Amino acid sequence: MTFLEPTVARRSLIVTTVINAVLVGGAVMTVFPFIWMLSVSLKLPQDVFTYPPHLIPHPFAVGNYAKAWSFVPFLRFYINSFIVAGAVTIGQVITCSLAAYAFARLRFPLREPLFMGMLGTMMIPGQVTMIPTFLIIHWLGWINTYWALIVPGLASAFGTFLLRQFFATLPKELEDAAIIDGCGRLGVLRRIIFPLSLPAIAALSIFTFMGTWNSFLWPLIVENHTTMFTVPLGLTYFQSEYVTEWSLLMAAAAMATVPVLVVFVVFQRQIIRGIALTGLKS
Amino acid sequence: MLVRNRTTGSVIRHAKRWQNTWSGFLFVLPTVIVLLVFVAIPMGDSFWMSFRNWNLFGPSHFVGTQNYADLIRDPLFRQSAWNTLYFTGVSVPLTMFMALVVALLLNRPLRFSTVYRTAFFAPVVTSMVAVSLVWSLLFDPTYGILDFLLKAVGLGGVGWLSQPGWAMLGIVLVSAWKGLGWDMLIFLAGLQGIPEPLYEAARIDGANGWHQFWRVTWPLLTPTTFFILVMSIIGSFQVFDQVYVMTGGGPINSTNVIVFYIYQQAFQFFHMGYASAMAWVLFAAIFIITLIQFKVVGRGVNYDVS
Repeated sequence: MTFLEPTVARRSLIVTTVINAVLVGGAVMTVFPFIWMLSVSLKLPQDVFTYPPHLIPHPFAVGNYAKAWSFVPFLRFYINSFIVAGAVTIGQVITCSLAAYAFARLRFPLREPLFMGMLGTMMIPGQVTMIPTFLIIHWLGWINTYWALIVPGLASAFGTFLLRQFFATLPKELEDAAIIDGCGRLGVLRRIIFPLSLPAIAALSIFTFMGTWNSFLWPLIVENHTTMFTVPLGLTYFQSEYVTEWSLLMAAAAMATVPVLVVFVVFQRQIIRGIALTGLKS
Repeated sequence: MLVRNRTTGSVIRHAKRWQNTWSGFLFVLPTVIVLLVFVAIPMGDSFWMSFRNWNLFGPSHFVGTQNYADLIRDPLFRQSAWNTLYFTGVSVPLTMFMALVVALLLNRPLRFSTVYRTAFFAPVVTSMVAVSLVWSLLFDPTYGILDFLLKAVGLGGVGWLSQPGWAMLGIVLVSAWKGLGWDMLIFLAGLQGIPEPLYEAARIDGANGWHQFWRVTWPLLTPTTFFILVMSIIGSFQVFDQVYVMTGGGPINSTNVIVFYIYQQAFQFFHMGYASAMAWVLFAAIFIITLIQFKVVGRGVNYDVS
């Protein structure tokens, strides 16, 4: 038996090495577009299409970033995206946890039909409701305002469902004690349910923020003033204005992606746990 | 608050019920109003509009099923429907297969597993518009790095986004690259749910890695695979951003997909009724495919671990 062990060990070493090699290859291929984006964003325009291509820019044209930043109101796009994604996220956490708590714990007439109806809305693709929603926004005079981007996002059937499933797993006794002590339902939600549900709330917030930040088709329809553009809209605007300026375009793309990537790498443990949580629940 | 520390049980229950009713209503009210105004009512409105002709400015006319009849005869609609199916048929299996391979390789103690996972997942968090710009550069037919690398192995000279036969594959590549991390993560969660004793039992019975995969992993992973499949197909039917940024539906409509065509009809030509009819066809397709999947695939899905 003992003389077999080195062979087994060597075999598993070979397997591990092969697996690592495949994963390194895949990971490098996955990350490469980002690296190339950064590389081109630091090249002088005449160096973008040298043949053969080279990875390290020479010289480093850091000025591309300042140019891209000043050619279009990039700061404004960022502020717009922050306002919209932030408002939608905060709003959704509030509306979803209120509704989720009611569906999980409270008895009221029409509870079941309302819950089923809400689940039903999850099956409807946004493209079906897009045109009438645009008309409602138009009728409200909200075209080219933040309201157009914020208000339709202030509720979420998915988020309510997610939180309801989470709230339902929490022990009821904690609430009963608080209610006997004179705590209202809102107080129970705020002081007991909310602190116990932080993983689910965090997951919902990350999803909502990411989704709103990256959304494109809806802002494209309701915003047509440059001052109201979000980051993705701003990028397509940049593309249409400076179509052949690849180094500037990549600087703009880098300014849109790098902050998101940094946030992801810093919070990746929470983000990935949140996604696994929600992915499995639904 | 009314009942604090004093009265009998029945009064407490009565007060509690009254409070529950009102709290319940008030708590769901914001969600119900928003979903009603921005989903339910537009849903009905869109159906109604699909039987009318309206250009956004003048009056609208009832045209019966004319819009739907026109759709069937519209070659561009047929092409965009076919393009959407083609995109889905290629990108969903490709992404899922690669994601499963990566998940299987990552589902073991490896020193750098977090680093690998981060790398594969990174594209998921970025905006499709930004990465589509980056890929447009990679795909450049004369100077793009992809072409350079392909030439090195004797291929190349492919107009990834400029040749009708290739453009859709370019869109597929971007989508697969961006979607892989998401599928991988769900697959990993599914793999971690498979009890280890099952593998031990299989090994004792002399099953090698290949057998373990087909007899243990694959059957027990079917709920996960099924979930990813349904979500991916629904998502692929709605592809838009990458098409808008990379090809604008071209060349010669070879990448024009349903949602892009809806967007064009509604917000460039202002054919609101026609676009609504198309949106309803898309909805019906998504609905039917979801039903078929739950009926047909659902039968072979293994939800039982025992």
